[in-house]
Amino acid sequence: MSATVDARGLSCPQPVILAINEIKKGTDNEIIVLVDTDTSKENVSRAAESQGCQVTDISSDGEGYRITISKG
Amino acid sequence: MKGKNIFATRWGIIGVGAFIGILAALLQKLGNPGNMGICVACFERDIAGALGLHRAAVVQYIRPEIIGFVFGSLVAALWFKEFRPRLGSAPIVRFVLGVFAMIGALVFLGCPWRAVLRLAGGDGNAILGLLGLIFGIWIGTLFLKNGYNLGRTHKTYASAGLMLALIMAGFLLLLLIFPQKEGEAQSGVLFYSLKGPGAMHAPLLLALIVGLIIGFLAQRSRFCTMGAIRDTVLFGQTHLLGGFIALVVFAFLTNLIFGQFNAGFANQPVAHTMHIWNFFGMTLAGLAFALAGGCPGRQLFLSGEGDGDSAVFVLGMIVGAGFSHNFGMASSPKGVGPYGIAGVVVGLLVCLFIGLTMRKKIT
Repeated sequence: MSATVDARGLSCPQPVILAINEIKKGTDNEIIVLVDTDTSKENVSRAAESQGCQVTDISSDGEGYRITISKG
Repeated sequence: MKGKNIFATRWGIIGVGAFIGILAALLQKLGNPGNMGICVACFERDIAGALGLHRAAVVQYIRPEIIGFVFGSLVAALWFKEFRPRLGSAPIVRFVLGVFAMIGALVFLGCPWRAVLRLAGGDGNAILGLLGLIFGIWIGTLFLKNGYNLGRTHKTYASAGLMLALIMAGFLLLLLIFPQKEGEAQSGVLFYSLKGPGAMHAPLLLALIVGLIIGFLAQRSRFCTMGAIRDTVLFGQTHLLGGFIALVVFAFLTNLIFGQFNAGFANQPVAHTMHIWNFFGMTLAGLAFALAGGCPGRQLFLSGEGDGDSAVFVLGMIVGAGFSHNFGMASSPKGVGPYGIAGVVVGLLVCLFIGLTMRKKIT
């Protein structure tokens, strides 16, 4: 199962807060985070890794990015 | 653009912080005021003065560094295809936060950038300001943990995303059309300080170039002094903190080399020794920056990459400087202004109101 977090249009630090909340909820093994700035992409990836997760994929999605996070 | 952004790595942000520290100390050597090689709040206040939004004669000058910050960031954003015109995340709230961020910063006499530059120059009063800054940001993180947010932005016209850069271009044009005249307090529509900090500045072209370089690097690295403290408190994430600490260390070392380091509390340049109000002035500024999502420098860099809400915050700060001096809220080396304490109290209440009531669930 995967959960999706839509953090597009949200400014710092909201995308990271939403991503970490979803990771901590712990119900899904895979989390997709949608962001629309490079800063958010970097911040969410960095936060996921600091939570012991792996960023398995980052792909362009429209004008933003789709980050796939896998819980280790 | 594909590929890794080296400036966003740990060593990248540390390198950028170190570089900014060196450049700031150098700008002081080149003529900027004491422990004020760079101060985003002070420089925006000087711009407000040059435009006549306040008439404090000692702090009036269009600071080219601020113009450079926005343009440097714009160039970086365009170059790396990160220019994203966007706006619509509670702009009026961001304007109000900008106003009170400036009022708080001018009670302390500096933004977070100058707080660490003051420390790097030996000004002990900066310790109180930094503690206040941390306290204010900590209050901000409590709101963030409880769902505070200002909502989503939406995409807009490229020209809307360029608006602050265009305003800055206008300021630069005014500076070129009405250049400073020796011994005259006015040139065309612009005011120029004849004495005081506003009369002390590095040569225009050098200041502009340094501003451009810093704007470029800060856009790439996402350098943010408020974020440095916020991320550490909120997530235990010390990435940005590395840059902030590098700034203070390298500014300190450069100050030692230039003989610009003088330790003490009394008679520090553009500073006062009222510890409580140094603390609470920066508490207000820190809280306002935390609620607005970025330090005053970061707001300029975000504006450069097309963020219209950050641009509104910047305009709030410039207008706030007008209120601050017109209402006697700004401090001077003698101490806080007659209405400075009232300004801090009102500002803290406004920030608490914003933090407590804007907790709409993100949908």
